[in-house]
Amino acid sequence: MAIIVDQTSRVLVQGITGREGAFHARRMLAAGTRIVAGVTPGKGGQSVAGVPVFDAVSEAVEAAGADTSVAFVPARFARNAALEAAAAGVGVLVLITEGIPFRDMVEVVATLEAGAAAPSREGDRPRAGTILVGPNCPGVVSPGACNAGIMAAEIFRGGPVGVVSRSGTLTYEIVYGLTRMGVGQSTCVGMGGDPVHGVGFVECLRRFQADEQTRAIVLVGEIGGDDEERAAEFIAAHVRKPVVAYIAGFTAPPGKRMGHAGAIVSGGAGTAAAKAAALEDVGVPVARRPDEVPGLVVTALRQR
Amino acid sequence: MDLYEWQGKQLFREAGIPTPRGVVAGDPPAALAAAGRLGLPVVLKAQVLTGGRGKAGGVRIVQESGDVEDVAADLLRLTIRGHAVASLLVEEVVPLHNELYLAVTLDRGRRRPVLLVSAEGGVDIEEVARTSPEALFRVPLDPLCEPAAAVAEGAGEALAAVAEACGGGESLAEALTGLATKVYALYRDRDATLVELNPMAIAGVGADGPSGGRSDGDGLPADLGRIAGTATRLLALDSKVTIDDDALFRQRDLLEWRGGGDARERRAREAGVTYVTLDGDIGVIGNGAGLVMSTLDLIAAAGGRPANFCDIGGGARADQIAAALEIITADPRVKALLVSVFGGITRGDEVARGVIAGLDRVSSQLSIVVRIDGNNAAEGRALLVEERPDLAVVETPWEAVRRVVQLAAEESGGSGEMD
Repeated sequence: MAIIVDQTSRVLVQGITGREGAFHARRMLAAGTRIVAGVTPGKGGQSVAGVPVFDAVSEAVEAAGADTSVAFVPARFARNAALEAAAAGVGVLVLITEGIPFRDMVEVVATLEAGAAAPSREGDRPRAGTILVGPNCPGVVSPGACNAGIMAAEIFRGGPVGVVSRSGTLTYEIVYGLTRMGVGQSTCVGMGGDPVHGVGFVECLRRFQADEQTRAIVLVGEIGGDDEERAAEFIAAHVRKPVVAYIAGFTAPPGKRMGHAGAIVSGGAGTAAAKAAALEDVGVPVARRPDEVPGLVVTALRQR
Repeated sequence: MDLYEWQGKQLFREAGIPTPRGVVAGDPPAALAAAGRLGLPVVLKAQVLTGGRGKAGGVRIVQESGDVEDVAADLLRLTIRGHAVASLLVEEVVPLHNELYLAVTLDRGRRRPVLLVSAEGGVDIEEVARTSPEALFRVPLDPLCEPAAAVAEGAGEALAAVAEACGGGESLAEALTGLATKVYALYRDRDATLVELNPMAIAGVGADGPSGGRSDGDGLPADLGRIAGTATRLLALDSKVTIDDDALFRQRDLLEWRGGGDARERRAREAGVTYVTLDGDIGVIGNGAGLVMSTLDLIAAAGGRPANFCDIGGGARADQIAAALEIITADPRVKALLVSVFGGITRGDEVARGVIAGLDRVSSQLSIVVRIDGNNAAEGRALLVEERPDLAVVETPWEAVRRVVQLAAEESGGSGEMD
């Protein structure tokens, strides 16, 4: 199996008639993804690359049985698009959009948390809540089964390594290295570079630990926040599979936002050194260069 | 977008948060005129987008009108932590009893706003958090509630405790709650990521007339009873406000305040490229924030010093590469340049064409190392070697970094000999 998305995922694309949405819908289809619907308000009845387009997510869920949404909507409409997907009962929402205002994402994650906590009303089908991936993320790839996002499928191949990363191109670098060494991946999750985001390291580690296909885990972090520190605590308590890490931004100056909205060392907190130390303290090898990661993974797999 | 103190205070007043009376002055005569309007004494405050202003001598109280222009001229000549002073805020001097701290910002871990409040303001709040964490209250606010309800439900206890620590009672707690509500409403309605009042003061009568500031036997100001009664007045003496850049589309009136800060960073932003000035001599361009951050680390590990962070985004289009090249090649500090890109959906050969087209538009004598890997990378490298034999074309990041560090060192050494 894999985590978050697999060959059973029935994907809908929010914003499928836009330039980005249409381009990536075609690519995802070519990579074997089951895209069952697209949604663009006012464009219901059209089709893109043979995929039927609906006006609303609820219609796509109802008519096409979609359970996973990949959203390419413009930043200013992303809040409402995300809330619409959650209200329609989509199980996984992959929000690709970059540049969504903080306030909108705070409202989205608070609404999702409240929805997951609320008991389902009588007559409703039981809802586990919507899992959010992103925003400002490259998506989720379970090689050969489902490509829900904008990553290039050619770089991945199926196998035993789970990858979770805050950076798209570093995921590429590391996965490309793994693939060239003949080591495939179970699922690669690009969790995105925003400070307010959906699934993080802890949630992905929990799922990788439970996933039978996954035998080793790669964690790619960067400066800002404390996701890596919390991951280290979780690894110590709950993860029995080997974990290898890489952290970017050792030389980033404090107070400067390094490209990603979330990549900032503020008030001495969120440094790469502190993150690497937290992970090393719980026995996770932290590579100093991205190209050292594949070798560390191979070593970890052999030792088991 | 960070706001100057005077800009933050303008937003404060619009939101009903009291501030001292003040006037912005761009030169000494304007400062003198402002002092005349406000009445002496006044405080002159250097406007800079950085902390540490007080320690750097950027805040001066002036008693005599004859001194205003000289002090203003001194302040306008200051450079504080590398920031030239943009203008002065001339303010009335407000007698005050207590200096508190109040802020709303984002709690990343909890993924919601957090109210920070302390009776110990006026100092570096991170220092308070380290040395007496019990004095700093951190209260998460429910983002799905209206501000009044969010503050009342979340922060009631903390605000009561702070009021007590200041020697005030219920009415001070009420005043604090009212102010905290306004601060959170401003944070939310203006798409701020930080609204900080440090210090916030419990003032006597403030602008309406002189205040005592005398103390009675208990060490409490004599008129605190009156403050705690009807005249409690909370004032924001300083402001620190950061607005979410991604929300400026709905904060259009704030756009006119954009454009402060580093000139190269501003030019890059206009071109749709993310650029951050660093202090070294090796220019860096890459596609993807993580990749560029990692490249900077590798340069440092190889003994070099990067001059910048520059992310041209996933597509690596020619116009973005050209814009990045223009900014970096015009930077006299830069001795050598590394372009490190990974071919994904935009394949390596397309990336190479973008690099070639970008380079063709910008004339430069710089030594340039280009590293391309990923999808169709071999084709991309072949294309580069054929079209631009002047470039060093390599495959791995580490190889690229070692080459560019060496080239930068040779360049520095060479110019040293010529001098």
